[in-house]
Formats: sequence, structure tokens, C-alpha cells
Amino acid sequence: MTFLGFFASRWHRGNLNLIEEWGLAGRRFGTFVTWFLLGGDLYTAYTFIAVPALVYGTGAFGFFAVPYTIIVFPIMYVVIPRLWRVSKRHKYVTAADFVRGRFDSSLLALAVAITGILATMPYIALQLTGIQAVLAVMGLGGSGFMRDLPLIIAFLILAAYTYNSGLRAPALTAILKDTLIYVTVIVACIAIPIELGGYGHIFHVAATTLAAHKGAAILPPKLYTAFSTLALGSAFALLLYPHAVTGSLGAKGGHIIQRNAALLPLYSLALTFIALLGYMAIAAGIHTKDTSLVVPLLFIKTLPTWFAGFAFGAIAIGALVPAAIMAIAAANLFTRNIYREYFMKEDGPNREAHVAKIVGLVVILGALLFIVAIPLQYSIYFQTLGGIWILQTVPVIMFGLYTRWFHRWALFIGWLFGMFLGTWMAAAESFKTSIYPLHLGHSVILGYAGIWAILVNIIIVVVLSLVFNAMHLSNGQDHTERSDYTTEPGAVAAQ
Amino acid sequence: MQKGNRSGWYWLFIIPFIATLWPPFYASYRPTLGGFPFMYWYLILWIFLVAILSGIIYFIDNR
Repeated sequence: MTFLGFFASRWHRGNLNLIEEWGLAGRRFGTFVTWFLLGGDLYTAYTFIAVPALVYGTGAFGFFAVPYTIIVFPIMYVVIPRLWRVSKRHKYVTAADFVRGRFDSSLLALAVAITGILATMPYIALQLTGIQAVLAVMGLGGSGFMRDLPLIIAFLILAAYTYNSGLRAPALTAILKDTLIYVTVIVACIAIPIELGGYGHIFHVAATTLAAHKGAAILPPKLYTAFSTLALGSAFALLLYPHAVTGSLGAKGGHIIQRNAALLPLYSLALTFIALLGYMAIAAGIHTKDTSLVVPLLFIKTLPTWFAGFAFGAIAIGALVPAAIMAIAAANLFTRNIYREYFMKEDGPNREAHVAKIVGLVVILGALLFIVAIPLQYSIYFQTLGGIWILQTVPVIMFGLYTRWFHRWALFIGWLFGMFLGTWMAAAESFKTSIYPLHLGHSVILGYAGIWAILVNIIIVVVLSLVFNAMHLSNGQDHTERSDYTTEPGAVAAQ
Repeated sequence: MQKGNRSGWYWLFIIPFIATLWPPFYASYRPTLGGFPFMYWYLILWIFLVAILSGIIYFIDNR
């Protein structure tokens, strides 16, 4: 795999000293590679561990991930090609680049960039929980420095090949990684139910066991709103995560993204069965307080040792690919929207790529420090917050792709309030859940904090836009044209 | 690629939102299918339906 990462720099060779080449692989990826790249974003090693863990603990509620990954694709089909076209036309590398061009506001772009970086860092760190869980179950846990050593080695490899090859590295390794993951999922979801007496039995045992532990195998009415708002909010947020934007902009055409919207649901199917591993663990009688160990323990108990080893390898590699894409995305954001905007003295695209490569390294090392030095729980808290935060950039980016009626200052103030409100709600729940009970008169509605925050965000944006537009407050110069969003620019000449 | 005025078809994408984000439609154990409670096979069915829908709209877009 390491070899593949380095080899990637030679594949579809481009000038890696340009940020478009390093950070977006020259926007050259076709349907096949984009499918793996975006799919790799969608379900990471963390997903592999966290979704079954949630299902194991709460039952049906954990399956919010299924409607979430169903509706994400229509949104992607409709919205993201617009972002791709305008970005291609104006050589935008990040969503914040687009915001800057559209609203003529480096402040708004900075808001989007900082939100993206803040949300991405703990996500990278969390990828490691996958590796850690696997190592712990294999008895290689160790203690102190020895516990962290395999992680450090894995991350050094990641850092080296990302630095060397940019987005091409995770794209190539994603193909290997997902092939391993698909084999694991297919085998596990056939072999384990046979071992445990069939799906009917698994659901029956899970329903009975969950009922005794405040869970439920069928969603109870009081969780309807929490379930739906979490799915809806997560779907909108997913597409605006920097690594999803990077993966999308790396495609060679808007139609590649649309084709993928029709093909990517295969990943949702895999995710559904991964979620079912949580029920299989219940049926197999797995008992653990640390729910991140649910899947590794299930594999050890029900599968032959050699195949469990294969599956663990798949999970470990599955952590590195998204981590690399995330690091590249964060590096693109920092370089384009913070460094170039505020610190770069001498101009030049070579300098940009150089900085991006260095920042990519810093991000990866930062994530490593995060996981080694800070208790895991904090990474999970930040990850919860990250989704809420990213969702607050929906008005700026998604609305901005359709209209410029919203005022840039209204968007900024709305974003600020959304960020504060979302964070406050999560804090009120001690960061343990992103579900916040909204009290309306005598009734209580459970809902995703990100959705409550974005409702307030949107109301502020609309009201203030009315006010600012009536005051004729300058809304800056739009650097994009209407046709930039709808017409596909010519194919890349260097194909 | 010519887009024309075909984006009216995009409104069809509302259907999966309603079908999957309204739990009263599917939050029940029965009828089961192959051991899967209704909620689970219904959602799995929608994974296929959304893929088919996107595929159809893609062909309309690129006709």
C-alpha cells in the first residue's frame, strides 16, 4: 500500500508543484476513481467502528445513518455539479475560494475556511480510533509509548506519501482499501448470520435484549424527530466537509459527480450491513462497556482467525485513506484562504503548493498529537461539534450557489449565531449527544442541534438580508457569472 | 453538455426525502421479509430506489 502511495505521484503525471495538481490531482478523476474517493469519504474506519457501536447501544436510532446516506445523493446530484463547474471555471480549489469570489468577502471566506479546518482536525484524529480498537482486540494494545508506536508508524507513512503525491495517493489506495472493506462486509454479513442462526433470529434477539436496556429495534415515536433531523442535517453537512469538497472537485466533470450520485448508494448498502453488525454483536452475546470494541470483538468471536486478521487490516487501511484526504483538504483551505490571503508576501503558484504540502504534514502530525496527547473522548466531542459547525456553512455555500440575494454581512452574522447556538446546545448536553430537546410551550421536541442552529441561522440571514438590501449596504462585486454554474467547461486538454 | 430546461425533473428527488425522513411510514416490525423487520427492508429498498431514480434523471439530463 505504501508503495502504491508513492507510485501515485507518477500516475496521470502532472506538475506537483501546482496546488491544483497536488490538492485536486489536476481535476482529472473519472467515474471509477471518483467513486472510490467519495465513497472512502463517506464511510471511514470511524464509521466502521462508530455506527455499529451506536446500534449496539441504542438500536434503531443508530440506523439514522441509512436515511442519511440515502438523501445525501440527491443533494449531491443537484448541488455539487454547480460548485464543480464554477470552481473549474475560476480555478477555485476550496469552497471558501468560491465564497470569496461570489461574495467578494475574504472575511466570509475565512469563516468558511476556519469552520472547515476546525471540523476536520478531530475527524482525522478519530480515524485512529479504528486502528486503536483493532490493535486493542488483537492484544497488541501494550501501554505507554508502545501503545502508540504502531499508530505513529502508520501516520508517518501517511504523511510521507501525502506530501509526495497529494490527492493522487489516497485515490489509488482508496481502491485497494475499499476492495478489502467490501470483501470484509460481504463475508461477515453472510458468515456471521449463518453462525448465529439467521437474520430473523438476530433481529429477534436484538429486539428482546434492547428492550431490556432502554433501546429499541424499531424506532419509538418520541425519537422520530431526533432521527429525521439528524439524518437530514448530517446529509447536508457531509457534502460540505472539506474532504468531500476536495473529493468532488477532483473529478473531471460535473457529470462525473452526477453519475456517482447514482452509483454511490452501493456504499449506503454496505453501510447498512455494517450497522447490522451491532445487532449481530448483541445476538452473539458480546458484552463490552467500550462500544468501540464491538465490531473487532464480534469478528474475533465469530470468524476464523485468519479472516478476522484480514478484516482488521481492512479497517486499519480504511483509517488512512480518509485521513489523507482530510489532511489535504485542510491544507488546501489553510493555504488558499488563510496563508495566501493574509500572510503571503511573494506571489506564485509554486509557493502555494509548497506551503500546502508543508501544512498537510503539520495537519497530520497535529492529528497524531491530538490522539496521543488528548483523551479520546475530547476528539469525539469535537467530532460531534464539527458536524454542527459545518452545517452552519450551508447558507453561505449552498444558497450562494443559487442566488446572490442574501447579503454577505447577513450570511456572516447568521453563521456566527449558528456556530454559537449549536455549540451552546451541544455544551448544554455535556457534548454527549448532538440531540437537543427543544421546549415549545408544554411539548418537547428532540432534534439535532445542528438543525435548530441552522434554522436560527437562516432566519437571521433572511431578515438581515432584507434590512441590508433595503439600506443599499454594499454587497461587493460578484466575480462569477450565471452561466458559470450551468455550463460545463471544456474537458481537460491534458487528458 | 447541454442542460436545457430539464431540471424540472429534479423535483422528483423530493420523493426519497419524504419516504425516508418520515418514520411513521416505516417504524414497525411487521411485515418482515427474510427475517428483516419492515423498517430495515423498507430502508434498504429505498437505497435501490434512490440509485434508480438518480440513474433515470442522469439519462434525462444527458439525453
